[in-house]
Amino acid sequence: MKTKVFVTLKPSILDPQGKTIAEALHTMGYDTVKSVRLGKYFELDVDAGSADEAEKTVAEVADRLLANPVIESYRVEVE
Amino acid sequence: MKFAIVVFPGSNCDHDAYHAVTKVLGEPAVFVWHKDTDLQGADAVVLPGGFSYGDYLRSGAIARFSPVMESVKEFAAQGGPVLGICNGFQVLLEAGLLPGGMRRNRTLKFICEHVYLRVEHTDTPFTRDAAAGQVLKIPIAHGEGNYYAPPETISALEDNRQVIFRYTAPDGSRDDAWNVNGSAAAIAGICNEERNVVGLMPHPERACELAVGSTDGRVVLESVVTALDGAGAVA
Repeated sequence: MKTKVFVTLKPSILDPQGKTIAEALHTMGYDTVKSVRLGKYFELDVDAGSADEAEKTVAEVADRLLANPVIESYRVEVE
Repeated sequence: MKFAIVVFPGSNCDHDAYHAVTKVLGEPAVFVWHKDTDLQGADAVVLPGGFSYGDYLRSGAIARFSPVMESVKEFAAQGGPVLGICNGFQVLLEAGLLPGGMRRNRTLKFICEHVYLRVEHTDTPFTRDAAAGQVLKIPIAHGEGNYYAPPETISALEDNRQVIFRYTAPDGSRDDAWNVNGSAAAIAGICNEERNVVGLMPHPERACELAVGSTDGRVVLESVVTALDGAGAVA
């Protein structure tokens, strides 16, 4: 089962890379872009009997390894 | 007393630590490969700096699953002194032996320069020979050393006197301009609640001889020798 995990810094954490990208975009003239947050994207192919089961496994994986819960949050999608 | 220096794939300060311990302090040291679980009867463990597993995913994130880390956890739980330097500190954070996490430096640059650290507390095995408030000139070399923990964790660290090293001006005063990577509360190093596990981003092992610009780092390694010898541990 194809799943996706999106990991981003928590909203309370300053993202200096995202900020720098936003500034570059402003230099390019894209003034409508108000902010940028940079993150990581993972594709996991999981053997699972149901979407719920896949989501449970992947959420656990995200919590234990893919994201660092101290500074990052994550979102799981099952196709 | 004997030091164990853990070697992860990608560690690159393991030999710096070995040199400082054996050649400067004159104490025995052994390298322990990350797949080994035998700490070879060491009295203190050093997790050295470097780029374990190429910093894949996050600095230290993969190294914490190395078999040796189970032995390090057990050693720490029994009160053994553990020092994490730079990437070693990041591994201790990822392993949950110390609280918090690391962000990219606020300048987004890899910073390699001497900084000034104030010793906040001397009741750890790695600071007992220093004076409280003493300022150490020690180099840093990292891209992700911008320490973060939620405000309630920072408060707890301060209340429990677990902030061991702080970035300061050369005279020891707090000044945000000298907090080079942007760390929360200018934190450069912390210890666990039991005070036997210490992690710091700066490299004391690279400041042990005048030839490299500073000998201020020696006190960190010498402290653990006197701590253990004084306690009647293995001489």
